[in-house]
Amino acid sequence: MRSVIVAILLLLPIGAATGNGISADRTTELEHLLRHDCGSCHGMRLTGGLGPALTSIALKEKSPISLQQVILAGRPGTAMPPWAGILSTDEVDWLVDALRKGQFDEP
Amino acid sequence: MNRSALRQFCGIFFGLLLLPGAAIGAQGLRGTGDLGVVIERAAGQIQVISTTEQATLATIPGLGDLSHASVVFSRDGRFAFVFGRDGGLTKVDLLTAQIVNRVLQSGNSIGGAISQDGALVAVSNYEPGGVRVFDSTTLELIADIAATHDGGLSKVVGLVDAPGNRFVFSLFDAGEIWIADLTTPKEPVLHKFSAVGRQPYDALITPDGRYYIAGLFGEDGFALIDLWHPEKGVRRILADYGRGKERLPVYKMPHLEGWAIANRAAFVPAMGQHEVLVVDTDDWRARATIPVHGQPVFVMAQPDGRYVWVNYAFPDNEVVQVIDTETLTIASTLSPGKAILHMEFTPRGEHVWISARDDDRLNVYDTRTLERIATLPADKPSGIFFTARANRIGL
Repeated sequence: MRSVIVAILLLLPIGAATGNGISADRTTELEHLLRHDCGSCHGMRLTGGLGPALTSIALKEKSPISLQQVILAGRPGTAMPPWAGILSTDEVDWLVDALRKGQFDEP
Repeated sequence: MNRSALRQFCGIFFGLLLLPGAAIGAQGLRGTGDLGVVIERAAGQIQVISTTEQATLATIPGLGDLSHASVVFSRDGRFAFVFGRDGGLTKVDLLTAQIVNRVLQSGNSIGGAISQDGALVAVSNYEPGGVRVFDSTTLELIADIAATHDGGLSKVVGLVDAPGNRFVFSLFDAGEIWIADLTTPKEPVLHKFSAVGRQPYDALITPDGRYYIAGLFGEDGFALIDLWHPEKGVRRILADYGRGKERLPVYKMPHLEGWAIANRAAFVPAMGQHEVLVVDTDDWRARATIPVHGQPVFVMAQPDGRYVWVNYAFPDNEVVQVIDTETLTIASTLSPGKAILHMEFTPRGEHVWISARDDDRLNVYDTRTLERIATLPADKPSGIFFTARANRIGL
């Protein structure tokens, strides 16, 4: 029994997924998209451009749900497009969480 | 000197030329007319390349945040002025491959221009919104033009040089176009046009420096000013090209450049549509709409105007199309690689260099055969700028 438990524990890191089931490969892609494609307007370092900064400090006052909604639905009348056709809600939630935690902040 | 000693001498001499860090041209004179700059956006570096040798001559680090970057050249073709996202204005000596001067002149910047006489470099800033003008030799600040509107400052876009030592630019948030006359550099004289249209996002000036055309994001159409007759004000062209069609989400703003003009027409990106719009440059009436692969970002005519090349916004950014300017149809569709960000033609147009960001590669194509003839490695390459821009109005 113990060897079974050990085997299961050892297997867990392989193909590790985040809490909402996004693979490690996909999170790498999402970070690339964030920096290069969101970064078109928000800057690769997330310090802003045509769009506002997305550093953890800049996002401090924003609720996760409001950020999720802006990303999925865009902001009509501004240059922020809806990403609902490109990203799943889970993927957006992962991005929002990582942004708010400062995972992508430049030192 | 006997032959073997001569051979030895040559070997050492040419060997020295290849020493890393050897300045380009240091061991022998060379011109700059066949040189160019490639932005490596993630690394904050630029490459200096030669279009004759199809090779990287040097990589220069230390240019800050180049996640969006633009370049103009000094009138002698020796120096590049690199405008970076972080407000950095960097002067680079192309022959010594050195940064000779750098100022962090704002918080956030989108591009710049060099004056008709080459004495002034202007930068268009998002933060603080406005245009700052610098001495091109010393980078000393000469003038600071705040883009004031409704008690605030507007982001500035679409900055170009114009004859008469003027700069023309658009105010994204204010919906205005300003002409700044820098005949007396420290005292710019401003001529402002308001209500030109909602959210001008970029602009071009025709190669003869006569017409300034700003694209609008907030509504359909383009705002046009005839710089020979600014008293006539701003005219809206292509006002209803959307024709009630719903816009697609715009993941990347199109970019307008003077190379939109070919064969008596302007070829411009449609906003939020998979279309290139063709406008007659005699009467500025719409001539045609060309359906294309994706939302165009750059629509660039070859130097001979025979074909116009188009690249596209995410997520359709792996394709380049070539449009015949006579038939106004697509002549060819190419797949140069992943995330095609920019294209640049050699001065007489025999080749085009195309950056593929996600392949970490530059691709050189023969414009006649449409075959890829060379590739060069590059770290997340974006913009490509050749020194031939040094003596072109608006570039």
